[in-house]
Amino acid sequence: MEGKIRELRMEHITKRFPGVLASDDISISVGEGEVLALVGENGAGKTTLMNILMGLYQPDEGRILINGSEVRFRGPEDAFKAGLGMVHQQYMLVQNMTVTENIALGYKKAWKPMRLSLSEVRSRVVEISEKYSLSVNPDAYIWQLSVGEQQRVELVKTLCLGARFLILDEPTSALTPQETDELIALLKNMTDELSIIFISHKLQEVKAISNKVAILRHGKVVFSGNTDDHSSQDIAAMMTGHSIELPKNLDKNDSGDTVLSIRDLVVMSDRKTVALDHLSLDIKAGEIVGLAGVSGNGQRELSEAINGLRRVESGSISFFGKEIANFTPRQVIDEGMGYIPEERNTEGIVPAFSIRENFILKDASNPEFSSRSILKKKDIDDYSEKLVKEFDVRCPDIQTAAGSLSGGNIQKVILAREIERKPRFLIAVYPTRGLDLGAVEFIHQQLLAIRREGIGVLLISEELDEIMDLSDRIAVIYKGSIQKVLDHDEATRARLGVLMAGVKEE
Amino acid sequence: MTRTFRLAFKAVIILIAALAAVLIASIILWMIGADVGATFYTICIVPLTNTLHITEVLIRAIPLCIIALGITVAYRSGIINIGAEGQMAIGILAFTGVALAFPSVPRPLLLPIALLAAVIGGGLWGFIPGILKARLNVSELLSTVMLNYIAAQFYSLCLRTIYLDPAEQGLGAAGTPQSMRLTENVWLGRMSGRLHYGLLFALVLAALIFFLMWKTTLGFRMRASGSEARAARYGGINVAFYVTLAMVISGAFSGLAGGIEIAGVHRRAIEGVTNNYGFSGVVVALFGGLHPFGIIPASFFFGLLIYGATLAPSKVGVPANIVQVMQGVIIIVIVTAQMVLSNAYFQDRVWRKISSLRKKEA
Repeated sequence: MEGKIRELRMEHITKRFPGVLASDDISISVGEGEVLALVGENGAGKTTLMNILMGLYQPDEGRILINGSEVRFRGPEDAFKAGLGMVHQQYMLVQNMTVTENIALGYKKAWKPMRLSLSEVRSRVVEISEKYSLSVNPDAYIWQLSVGEQQRVELVKTLCLGARFLILDEPTSALTPQETDELIALLKNMTDELSIIFISHKLQEVKAISNKVAILRHGKVVFSGNTDDHSSQDIAAMMTGHSIELPKNLDKNDSGDTVLSIRDLVVMSDRKTVALDHLSLDIKAGEIVGLAGVSGNGQRELSEAINGLRRVESGSISFFGKEIANFTPRQVIDEGMGYIPEERNTEGIVPAFSIRENFILKDASNPEFSSRSILKKKDIDDYSEKLVKEFDVRCPDIQTAAGSLSGGNIQKVILAREIERKPRFLIAVYPTRGLDLGAVEFIHQQLLAIRREGIGVLLISEELDEIMDLSDRIAVIYKGSIQKVLDHDEATRARLGVLMAGVKEE
Repeated sequence: MTRTFRLAFKAVIILIAALAAVLIASIILWMIGADVGATFYTICIVPLTNTLHITEVLIRAIPLCIIALGITVAYRSGIINIGAEGQMAIGILAFTGVALAFPSVPRPLLLPIALLAAVIGGGLWGFIPGILKARLNVSELLSTVMLNYIAAQFYSLCLRTIYLDPAEQGLGAAGTPQSMRLTENVWLGRMSGRLHYGLLFALVLAALIFFLMWKTTLGFRMRASGSEARAARYGGINVAFYVTLAMVISGAFSGLAGGIEIAGVHRRAIEGVTNNYGFSGVVVALFGGLHPFGIIPASFFFGLLIYGATLAPSKVGVPANIVQVMQGVIIIVIVTAQMVLSNAYFQDRVWRKISSLRKKEA
């Protein structure tokens, strides 16, 4: 073990990518035991900067100093040796290996000639997890673990490899509210021994954990200072360049007819366990019903079952009076169902297809876009140009591969397609997950707009703020059935949190 | 980054790749003691020196092109067809069967029917792995390879039994396993030398596939299924159906290639007539960028290599096998060059290095 990292500085870092200046003369510094929050919208250059720090990219200009002396990292190996460790947004774990085996992959000390000492790795894992009170079962397979647990494994892995300086890239983006609180408490404890760079665009967390904050915009540091001296609103405004007030659903609506009525729905998960257990829910025209719950309680199965993508074992789904359980996806679409799926990159779009092709994914046979099976190029182009403008999709042109867009723009492509099809109902699953504030604002406005047109919306989300801002009624899902449905006015964060944890109200 | 720079960058990379390929191939030739210059001349230049040679190159390019087109349809729809060899054999059997059964039907009727039989035969042989993949998720790599074996043995069996040329029957085991010469009513006409009108088929089919895959709703759905099956399913596309259909089309093309090969070149079914076209077709398809307009030149290039290989033993005494080794080298090097070309990051670095050098000069 080498000494502590008392100070880490990045000075005048500049990095160019084809066509973009990803880092523009950035300087930051982190002292011993400090937590620096690196905030900024998607595409502001946070991850690029950290990849430079970890030696994944070489900076075109600038230098990195540890404890005052310059270091050069040719690859992540060098950065590990210097004591830096990074937990990426996408976890780098092998699903069908145990926790111990995963950590052994990088733990070179246990690599004996011709032999791998797994017991040595295991005891190291136990030691680290006790020291930092990161509870993990060293013998569990990764696929058995929840997202929060997997993240703890990543943390333990990084610490086992000797990290004395942690970089966490949007560590909370896939966590439930409870898991987020736990993580923040954990990290606070760890600052006795470690310094941390915490990348995020969730300002509550930034306020809760960091001492210092650096705000990036378009590859530049636009502000840096002490976290306590600035309010969340100030930071948000500096992050986006203008102040943002997320829209709220204020006018109450309870006059619509019931358009989607789910009764006693039973659906299996991929592992053939019961995912939806006699779930019942009604949604009216012109209202947004928020489905709150910790992810993994049947949200995915519910949205897939309604849309014909998963078999319904028993129960009924009545849509405008018509039974649609076990319809094919095509039939459900033709009934007028709009669906923003959970996996925007692999389900909501065909990533290799151009934006224009993705716009007509559901409607290639519509006479508007084809006649006698031949696609009408001109009409599709015009339609696409119109949607790109209307929904402010930022892209070089409509021929751009949809998969190359940022998350926010991909979501706008999906939203544009689904809304422009004039659905009779919309199911939106985690519509703003991982998006920056500007994109969230836009999507919330669109959801409220179609609600005003009298369209019912089922909003599945794990962000309580989002659900409370937008919903007329809030249903809480737990272990595949609805715990309780609350009116907007009855719902508080605390009450929802208790229901989400599975506690029954009398 | 200027347009001229992009073009120059591409040209330089291709040039380097070609030079590397030539260099490696030269080392191989030098090691076996062959005359390096003469060998290259024989393989790459001689086939282009007179009309007869060129027609022979084209004859080999025709089945390669048609098969590669079919493989493109499958590949773009998310299923990898390495069963073209078997599908082609079944196509030949179907074609020959019709020709043997109805020798007296007039040509305007018999030729289309025989070709249609080849299409159906190949299509059926493609349908099996297609439906297995779509319904039971059986790996198409496994099923197509196994069906290749079955087709090859079945082909061989037919040629030795029911299709066997009566003239060979008396010879017993010494006879060549082949059918009798087929009736003229299934012959494709020839333009020059042995070059037959199958060439037009290949070109028309290329245009047809381009139209089908990029201009119609059917092609749109097939490409969506192949590109991201999950999103296609979400979009209301019946992925299982389109995957099966793509495999049927792919098999039908291979079958047709077989029928045309017999109708135009051999005019009888002979053992070994599929000539590995089914496997070379995969390479041609990938080499041509899985696009009809890339496949046309790619199949010509491979026709050239295959024909050049047949010349090498007699003209410069280099075994044909060595020529195949060289082909392998060339393919690997060029595919590598394509990967480099598609790396925008590398291109950007070169550009910046050059522009900074220029600044220094100025």
